[in-house]
Amino acid sequence: MQTVLSIAVDALAYGMVLFVISIGLSVTMGLMRVVNLAHGAFAMIGGYFASYAVRDLGLGYAAGILIAIVGTVIIAIPVERFLYRRIYGAPQLTQVLMTIGITFCVIGITNFTFGPTLKTVPLPAMLQGSVDLGFRSIATHRIFVIICGFAVAAGLWFLIERTNFGIKLRATIDNAAMTAALGVRTELVYAVSFAVAIALAAFGGVIGAELLPLEPYYALRYMVTFLVVVSVGGAGSIPGALIACLLLGAIDTTGRYLAPEYGEFFFYLAVILIVTLFPRGLVGRMK
Amino acid sequence: MAVSMDQSLTAPSLVKRLADSGLIGVFAIVLAGAMGYLLMPNNLALLTQIVAVALLVLSIDLVTGYCGVATLGHAALFGAGAYGAGIAAVHFGITDPVAMTAVGLLAGALAGLVSGLVILRAHGLAQLVLSIAVIHLFHEAANKASGWTGGSDGLSAIMPNAFFGLFEFDLWGRTAYVYGVVLLGLVFILLQILVRSPFGMLARGVRQDQIRIAAMGASSHAVLLRMYVISGAVAGIGGALSAISTQVVGLDSLSFTLSAEALVMLVLGGTGSLYGAMIGTVVFMLFEDTLSAANPFHWLTVVGALLIAVVLFAPKGLYGTAVALADRFRRRPA
Repeated sequence: MQTVLSIAVDALAYGMVLFVISIGLSVTMGLMRVVNLAHGAFAMIGGYFASYAVRDLGLGYAAGILIAIVGTVIIAIPVERFLYRRIYGAPQLTQVLMTIGITFCVIGITNFTFGPTLKTVPLPAMLQGSVDLGFRSIATHRIFVIICGFAVAAGLWFLIERTNFGIKLRATIDNAAMTAALGVRTELVYAVSFAVAIALAAFGGVIGAELLPLEPYYALRYMVTFLVVVSVGGAGSIPGALIACLLLGAIDTTGRYLAPEYGEFFFYLAVILIVTLFPRGLVGRMK
Repeated sequence: MAVSMDQSLTAPSLVKRLADSGLIGVFAIVLAGAMGYLLMPNNLALLTQIVAVALLVLSIDLVTGYCGVATLGHAALFGAGAYGAGIAAVHFGITDPVAMTAVGLLAGALAGLVSGLVILRAHGLAQLVLSIAVIHLFHEAANKASGWTGGSDGLSAIMPNAFFGLFEFDLWGRTAYVYGVVLLGLVFILLQILVRSPFGMLARGVRQDQIRIAAMGASSHAVLLRMYVISGAVAGIGGALSAISTQVVGLDSLSFTLSAEALVMLVLGGTGSLYGAMIGTVVFMLFEDTLSAANPFHWLTVVGALLIAVVLFAPKGLYGTAVALADRFRRRPA
């Protein structure tokens, strides 16, 4: 029972980190049809910003998160403007290569600037320690991550389903040319959603630093995981991404607890099964 | 008048025929092989590794360049060949190099069949993700089956016999290198025949328009699967060569990184052409050897920048761009 509960909490926290980081990827992929393998690199940049702000400059955790988000978006804007715009609508192979190239560059530069060692984002006193539930105590940080995940899901749901911008966004996902013809400035929709996606990636990189440790190869190590989440959930779908993250988080964590010697064998086996059975993702609409 | 016309017709067609049958390519391979032997006699191990990886890149070219299947999991086929040859030598006592290569070929073809069956079920993003999942699955399986594969320590103590009982695999790796170059030449000729055959044409057709191929009555899935098996055989030969020359097989031969790097080499050289695949491999690996000796992370930055540059400025790769330039140059005087 104890094991089941700790697996459940860890799986939920891990799934939520995956969700916060990859939901942006899911939206941009559904929207711009770009296979963006560099998304994890932006999460990593966010984590490094926060680590630098909190650990080296001695700022607070909240300030660290803010700096991470703003800094990463500022870095991402020229990248989007000069590199990504060239590959919208290009063949998939081209997109894969370009974004792998960006990832490699980010890894190399990060290592040059910050060195190859593991970086941490020190938690504030409020998030350290654990909360006693009477029969079991749970690390406060895990609870914080889970709450953040639900908050992001709820916020995005509100943004997409209930606001004016959300209507334009959904219309652009369904049919960009028609939406543009109706007078929506789709390039503005693209730019805003790209910025939101990057901001969420940075946010996820910071709050998930405990679960996905920050080092230069972060971008390469988790790149595949994020892509898998989007593919399993279906690009452009929030409920799909949420289900996929919780499912894959559960499979991965359970595998690590019960059969650690198999590594990620079961994770990828599950991925193959799901993708084969649902080639458009669990809740997919990408053609 | 008639004679001169005849000449003007035959002269280019002779060159063209030579190029078509791949003799120019074989000549280039032999020439480059001999130059490598003479210029870098102390670095034959690296050159042999380049030949082995060139076989892997050629095999990716078959499915990516000719059939249009984007894959990030092709090292699975290479690694299967390497482990096949290695396991045959260590556990079954098959130490004849040619027999080891044959085992590698079969293992690679089998891996090609398995991963083809999985990967070809989907299209687009799902296909890419499946190929990534396949390479990780192979990697974890090899890691787990450490009784057979040596796990993360790698499979060592592979001792190939002397070639025909005459040529020992010496410390300098001369025999392995010559064997590798000969293998590459043979595979190149066979592939050149393959891609010019009706089957090769069908494969190109599948890349350009699957629906039309289906309307013509051919099954594009069958074409792709057959190409995957052939590609697996080629990659398997490369893996076996790598096992024979280094006498070790490590888990890195089944890694995502190797898959991605091989794809980069292919794109650097130019997809859809056997020459491009080989040129890309040689350029990439020689660069890597020089630069990563200085600092592996700078090397990563350079590869990244190189990739971005190729995608933006030379999407046809080195070979494709050179051919396009030569064409333009030739047309201008006329």
